[in-house]
Amino acid sequence: MIRSTLFAVAVSALAAGGASAAGFKPAIVYDLGGKFDKSFNESAFTGATKFKEDTSVDFRDFEIQNDSQREQALSRFARQGFSPIVSVGFSHEGAVSKVAPQFPDTQFVIVDSVVDLPNVRSIVFKEHEGSYLAGVAATLASQTKKVGFVGGMDIALIRKFACGYVQGVKATDPAAEVFQNMTGTTGAAWADPVRGGELAKSQMARGADVVYHAAGGTGEGVLQAVADAGKLGIGVDKNQNALHPGHVLTSMVKRVDTAVYDTFKEAQAGEWTPGLRVFGLAEDGVALAVDENNQALITEEIAAAIDAAREGIISGEIAVHDYMTDSACPVQ
Amino acid sequence: MDWLTFLNVLDSAVRLSTPLLLACLAGLFTERAGVVDIGLEGKMIAGAFAAGAVAVFTGSAWIALLAAIGASVFFGLVHAFACVTQRGNQIVSGVAINFIALGLAAVLGHSWFEQGGKTPAPPVSGRFTSIDLPYAAEAAQMGPVGRFYADVVSGHNILVYFAFLAPFLAWWLLSRTRFGLRLRAVGENPAAVDTAGVSVARLRYSGQIICGALCGVAGAYLAIGLNAGYLNNMTAGRGYIALAALIFAKWRPVPALFVCLLFGFLDASANRLQGVSLPSVGVVPVQFIQALPYILTVILLAGFIGKAVPPKAGGVPYVKER
Repeated sequence: MIRSTLFAVAVSALAAGGASAAGFKPAIVYDLGGKFDKSFNESAFTGATKFKEDTSVDFRDFEIQNDSQREQALSRFARQGFSPIVSVGFSHEGAVSKVAPQFPDTQFVIVDSVVDLPNVRSIVFKEHEGSYLAGVAATLASQTKKVGFVGGMDIALIRKFACGYVQGVKATDPAAEVFQNMTGTTGAAWADPVRGGELAKSQMARGADVVYHAAGGTGEGVLQAVADAGKLGIGVDKNQNALHPGHVLTSMVKRVDTAVYDTFKEAQAGEWTPGLRVFGLAEDGVALAVDENNQALITEEIAAAIDAAREGIISGEIAVHDYMTDSACPVQ
Repeated sequence: MDWLTFLNVLDSAVRLSTPLLLACLAGLFTERAGVVDIGLEGKMIAGAFAAGAVAVFTGSAWIALLAAIGASVFFGLVHAFACVTQRGNQIVSGVAINFIALGLAAVLGHSWFEQGGKTPAPPVSGRFTSIDLPYAAEAAQMGPVGRFYADVVSGHNILVYFAFLAPFLAWWLLSRTRFGLRLRAVGENPAAVDTAGVSVARLRYSGQIICGALCGVAGAYLAIGLNAGYLNNMTAGRGYIALAALIFAKWRPVPALFVCLLFGFLDASANRLQGVSLPSVGVVPVQFIQALPYILTVILLAGFIGKAVPPKAGGVPYVKER
């Protein structure tokens, strides 16, 4: 497979070399979750694939197997002349800040983190805004007015999801209760569905009937446990409504695919610029997914409340606190 | 912690100790026969992957279980061939099996399903779903004991009930049958067994086959009982914890049941105590709660169980001429 990919790249590089002088060669490095994690890595892959279909410019990608491969993968792509190189995931922060200065002519992109260098574009999302909407939807859908949150690894980014969610819940019903759990403190916390399921079960035992997860592969265990119990889950990153139709209330989608697609497009047109790009509700960078799998669950009341909250946030009427600004959350 | 919360933790403990218990008994059978097996983890992975993959293809949980047992027994036979027939180093062979199983599952999974080594979620018929025991709903209304029956005893899948029956079966097999007595003898003094005209190799192979079968059930439980589908490295070190539990239980089946329940209970309380404010302590840091099972294991192993004597001939290949 590797050989055929290499061959394909060689062919397309030759073809591209003939057609355009630019020799546009984009690349992606995924995080440990892997290309098909049904979450943000897969979303990046979807965006790149769409770009490939639209422009028939192929891209190279690499799935790291351990932390030490981050730098290797980046510098290898850079040496081979790939640009832009998209690193998906905040864990790449160290590697990007180290490799980018060595290749000043290469365009680097990091998703979910900020690296302040002249040849790096940082793409971050306002997860707290999307999570706020998830909180609004969860509270209205909950019969018990008790909702849960299961996070993956205990880091500021996931606290940001949790904090936005709690704010949404409390704004909808100040008396509602939120149970929060983090799966672990190491990278393994992203791929432990058994523990995720147990955490969801313990929250449901305390009365929760809607559980929101921001836990990568661990979240599949959460959604499974919730669906098995006949309760509602809320997906994250990618549209996960189809995983358990009728039991996933909605998904808080991060449009990594659009971000990757736009980045490739701009780079191809020579309009790529470094710096910080923030995608919030206003930019459609985060949103709640509604499709045929959850249409029946999103009642008119819920849909109206979500729209109201969304417009409030965009207009600035509702200020959602970002956990990462001061490492604290105003509500629990 | 009130009674209902406690029952909830117990319920979760039962689910979490099941794979440990099965793996621990698996280790017990092979180590009692004198073959050290650190490849429990790898066999569980093989079982979990086989169960996940076959459940997707056939949609039958029982066929998936058989496949899991088959895959795991296969690795057991490889281990037995290396350690018994070829008299190789048992630790090296065990470690090799762990690596091969993990890598093979990832490669096969990737080429069959193209989801990064994961298997897709099987249909409901391809999973072991929970069983409500008779009168569970009525019992829930009848006071604390009824609640215990309804919440903790009832509502698990069939593999859980098998796992909790298994230590007693193992005890009966090892101490009340001719086969069991011979199996234990071969772990203590293979020369004596050989002198009596019983094949050492055959007994050790049987130990590995039983071990493989139990690991297969444990793997199937993880992939299609507790979860829906196989995920890379989903055993998460349970094979090694099972070895610790085996030492803790001093290589005896019924104590193994209690040790595994204790480990499962610690794991379950770690999940449950997160973010809960305890009286006079306040909110305990998540990190501490998650380290608790391991800290307790070290403390208990270091001082509270007395001397754990392994089978005498464990780890030593039997050479007939000596």
